[in-house]
Amino acid sequence: MSSRERILARVRAAVAGAPDPEIPRGYRGPGALPADGVVDLFAERVRDYRAVVRVLPESEAAEQVARSLAERRAGRVVVPGGFPRALLTAPDVQWVTDDPPLTAAALDAVDGVVTTCAVAVAETGTIVLDAGPGQGRRALTLVPDYHLCLVRAGQIAPGVPDALARLDPVRPQTWISGPSATSDIELNRVEGVHGPRTLEVLILT
Amino acid sequence: MSRTFLGMPGAAPRSGDEGFPERAARALRDSQLRFNLRKATRTIRARRAGVVAELPDWAELRRAGKEIKDHTLRHLDTYLIQLEEAVTKAGGHVHWAADAAEANRIVAGIVKATGETEVVKVKSMATQEIGLNEALLAEGVTAYETDLAELIVQLGDDWPSHILVPAIHRNRSEIREIFTRRMAEWGRPAPEDLPDDPPALAEAARLHLRERFLSTKVAISGANFAVAETGTLVVLESEGNGRMCLTLPETLITVLGIEKLVPTWRDLEVFLQLLPRSSTGERMNPYTSTWTGATEGQEFHLVLLDNGRTGVLADEVGRQALRCIRCSACLNVCPVYERVGGHAYGSVYPGPIGAILTPQLRGMGSELDRSLPYASSLCGACYEVCPVAIDIPSVLVELRAKGRHHLAERTGMAAAGWVLERSGRLARMQRLGGRLRKLAPGRLPGPLGGWTDTRDLPPIPEESFRDWWNRTDGGRR
Repeated sequence: MSSRERILARVRAAVAGAPDPEIPRGYRGPGALPADGVVDLFAERVRDYRAVVRVLPESEAAEQVARSLAERRAGRVVVPGGFPRALLTAPDVQWVTDDPPLTAAALDAVDGVVTTCAVAVAETGTIVLDAGPGQGRRALTLVPDYHLCLVRAGQIAPGVPDALARLDPVRPQTWISGPSATSDIELNRVEGVHGPRTLEVLILT
Repeated sequence: MSRTFLGMPGAAPRSGDEGFPERAARALRDSQLRFNLRKATRTIRARRAGVVAELPDWAELRRAGKEIKDHTLRHLDTYLIQLEEAVTKAGGHVHWAADAAEANRIVAGIVKATGETEVVKVKSMATQEIGLNEALLAEGVTAYETDLAELIVQLGDDWPSHILVPAIHRNRSEIREIFTRRMAEWGRPAPEDLPDDPPALAEAARLHLRERFLSTKVAISGANFAVAETGTLVVLESEGNGRMCLTLPETLITVLGIEKLVPTWRDLEVFLQLLPRSSTGERMNPYTSTWTGATEGQEFHLVLLDNGRTGVLADEVGRQALRCIRCSACLNVCPVYERVGGHAYGSVYPGPIGAILTPQLRGMGSELDRSLPYASSLCGACYEVCPVAIDIPSVLVELRAKGRHHLAERTGMAAAGWVLERSGRLARMQRLGGRLRKLAPGRLPGPLGGWTDTRDLPPIPEESFRDWWNRTDGGRR
């Protein structure tokens, strides 16, 4: 008998006659949280993680991207395929594309990455990337030390259940809540380990 | 039942001859350890309490988490097959491992087929449990731990003492010392004059591992959840070392305990709220990765691990331990854990959950495993904070009843049973006791002395209540 058959047989023998509970879903599921105020709540919660957060009208997005990159002195910046070209007006920035795919070493040599996102979660201050247009493959937002992420107000879901309902499980996802961090030394939170040490979020209203 | 190997990495004493009390007594003498643990557990308790109180529906989430897990376990055969189909359809390879040796053999085989001799690892309880690093080393493959706390443990030839923060027993100056002394042997040395503040230590770890992340071709991970319906694997982490390992290498091997399944994608809405708040005390952990099968050109292998879990599943009371999502909230609130730390438990699973999981997975053959169900005052704090409502005190009591008891205890209980069986016997013994009360010692003799070491022996009254009642007609005469 293969291990597969043995494990399955053991499982069946073990659970025979066990009770089969109903799953109570009395918690606040999809649609239960109010949609008003999500922009402010999201901004506050992302700031709690010590990320840089700016709320601005969508019409000023290009200017702000240029300003943020200039402040950061980011000269070479990765832009994933499908990112809105109209927002790439920064004069002194060399835009690096991922076509053909950049090596890990090449990614390590750029100053930052600018992306959009798939969904955001207000209650937890989370942005979710799913490798869709403007987001790129997962490594693009991992290796560079600075991640500038654009979130449109309409993409912000009130809670975790709402966000999951909007996402396609088959797409590779990265849920990002603040810059990379660790609590491994005396359980003190320290921002900045292996992922980007600076996360900047522009919320476009 | 065959004994399940629940490995303990490093040079730690693995002998089961020494029980929990002896190990605990030794740990209690280490005042630095007690100081480190008190500081860390207090910090994390306060943080958890704060973010749990924020959610008005915490009790409902906890109930749902419990029942989703129970439902999954009840139909585990169906969900395992469903997961296997979904992962295979998405281009992944699924392997089944009945025990630790088989899992290690499978993983070593996959690594060797790639021709690589180095792998990077994401922190994983399952691979610690099966002693994977040691097994790989025996096959000529070096496994590099990349989680900061695991790195501290690996560099220090130490062993983990906490589920979430394996180096919780180390303070900043001890960590600085380990980095300075050992990093050079494992790769890039620590910066000169490394200070002991946490940001500098984290920076040293970043530099030490950076090149390795960018160049290593094979990674090994565990997973927090696996969605049967879609074949999606889920890893929650903080530092980005997980993302590095899951994303950059050409081959990814994930070792998954068979109890980690959830039926549907939607079920994550419960666990992505319960787990971060219970474990690190955050609204959400910095990074969560989800992937389905072979992703972005990567080769993906999933190893489904039993290693004693189906034995636990067969126990009506004990099976609830398989609901565990490894948050470690029970460790952080446990008065026993806070004082003795994780090493006293002699298993990769320390604390209250370890005290019920280890003896069930390993069996109660050794002195250590028989003593673990007693590593608790049964205060119930662990049950209260458990996000999937594992009634740890009840399982502890159940396991205590199962273990073989000391001859003196068995004899005493048999004698008491005989006396209490008939009221006449009890009355005669009580009168005898009353007459001999002057001779009663303050401390019990021989092996019974352990009981009176920490308790006063109650004085024997001159007459029993029943005799008094009969003599005075309830106080009227």
